[in-house]
Amino acid sequence: MTHPLLSLRAVSKTFHTGGREVKAVDSVSFDVAEGECLAVVGESGSGKSTIANMILGIYPQTLGEIAFKGAALPARRDLAHRRAIQLVQQNPLSSLNPRRTIGASLRLALDVHGIGEKAGRAERTGQLLEEVGLPADFRTRSPAALSGGQRQRVAIARALACQSELVVLDEPTSALDVLVQARVLKLLAELRKSRGLTYLFITHDLSVVRNIADRVAVFEKGRLVEIGPTASVFEAPTHAYTRRLISAVPVVTAAEAALRKRLTEDADAHA
Amino acid sequence: MNTLRIRDLRLGFKGWSGAVEVLHGISLHIAKGERVALVGESGSGKSVTARIVLGLLQSLRSTRLSGLVEFDGRDLSKLSERERHALRGTKMSMIFQDPTSSLNPVYPILTQFHEVLRRANPAIAVAEARARAEKALADVSITDPARALESYPFQLSGGMNQRVMIAMALANEPSLLIADEPGTALDVTVQAQTLRLMREQVERHGTSVLFISHNLGVVREFADRVYVIYKGRIAEQGPTAALFGNPRHPYTRALLDAVPRITGEGIPEIEDASEAYFAPTVVHEGYGEPEGVA
Repeated sequence: MTHPLLSLRAVSKTFHTGGREVKAVDSVSFDVAEGECLAVVGESGSGKSTIANMILGIYPQTLGEIAFKGAALPARRDLAHRRAIQLVQQNPLSSLNPRRTIGASLRLALDVHGIGEKAGRAERTGQLLEEVGLPADFRTRSPAALSGGQRQRVAIARALACQSELVVLDEPTSALDVLVQARVLKLLAELRKSRGLTYLFITHDLSVVRNIADRVAVFEKGRLVEIGPTASVFEAPTHAYTRRLISAVPVVTAAEAALRKRLTEDADAHA
Repeated sequence: MNTLRIRDLRLGFKGWSGAVEVLHGISLHIAKGERVALVGESGSGKSVTARIVLGLLQSLRSTRLSGLVEFDGRDLSKLSERERHALRGTKMSMIFQDPTSSLNPVYPILTQFHEVLRRANPAIAVAEARARAEKALADVSITDPARALESYPFQLSGGMNQRVMIAMALANEPSLLIADEPGTALDVTVQAQTLRLMREQVERHGTSVLFISHNLGVVREFADRVYVIYKGRIAEQGPTAALFGNPRHPYTRALLDAVPRITGEGIPEIEDASEAYFAPTVVHEGYGEPEGVA
């Protein structure tokens, strides 16, 4: 039997701050199938970033198990795990080293994980840039010389450099203008297809989720309140919190406004 | 009379590598009590327009400014720096994107509220300031105003701070409120709530609003009229319903198409920036400049 690429079983995380215990993630279980895009949505304090950090191994879970390809991930990750699970952050200006050229940042990923022949790595960085729609000679530039959208493409190229399998995308387009956002989303969708990648897409932007994710997991205060295929979660959400979230999204078309209105009325009927 | 009237506003910055033109002749107006949005991407010139209205760029030596900015019938360029200063925080006020960083972390809310009220009435006593602040906070649905006033900004949530900002911005009954990306830093449910509150409050006070945003959805919800700005030029202007229902300028269309829909139409195909984005301003019938001209 095939295992899901990633699976969380009864995962909890408790933080101790100022003598208080805060349960940031409360007994959460879900799977991410290979090649799937699972969106993790929720408001601040919902635990979505804590979940990402535990999957990445930035800190261990308090309880429960996180398994990758059927094997439990250790608290201290080895290089192979760090290669397979990569992160793209919200703000590329702070996630790229400002003192390194774009080429050097990409090269570092190749060097650390020993990808390809040493002699070919410089050329490989150029190919990586082309794969994310940037000219190869951007290698010599510094992050400051790039626009926000271009920098985010570099961050994506870096996550792909070491042949990653699962990419954790933490609000990857929230800092971008809407036209740029659309192009970056398109790129992410294409790369997923062409490279058979699996995405864990963390965001608070539900309109983005609707158009990129296969499934959605909705979190509220550390609990997973609803999970299901994107279309059905948006058209017939079962949890009141999901309905409330979708009804609060600012929309631009009459069709969207109608959907929102229907969900608000459903919520009132359930109340 | 219009609260704000801008005619052919041009702005350039002189730098060591030559002059950069930022605004290429912007005209807009806001009637009393009207909510007008200026929507565009980063670098389009929407925030500098707000800074000019606030009178913050006029005294900068590298600025080259021409055109008319008239506030409550007074030409801003004819006012002294001192007079412009006197307008800020009294007749015009501003709300910023991130409420928590626009409040001072080392003073409780009351001290900051008192300071705001002193802008209009330097002699106001703490007791009176407290009474007025409590009432203003109650108006923005803060349940325990007395406690909020004793709190520091970091003790309140982002949504609470945003409400405090709204209450402060309206405390001196300004004729114009400039809101620069209000609520963008907040969660959607809180954002929806604060927008509703802000709308209620400005309606009640009859305040005119210049609403600056890159978020088309928020604009559609809040504004009566919209100006779309692209690289320092107005691309399209008209009433909100018409502009969203029937966008006519190539740039407005591209911008609207790029917004992902919660009804799930997929990720839109976006062409590279086209020359057509520089097409002349499209004016919806009856919504031209000067006001009302087609």
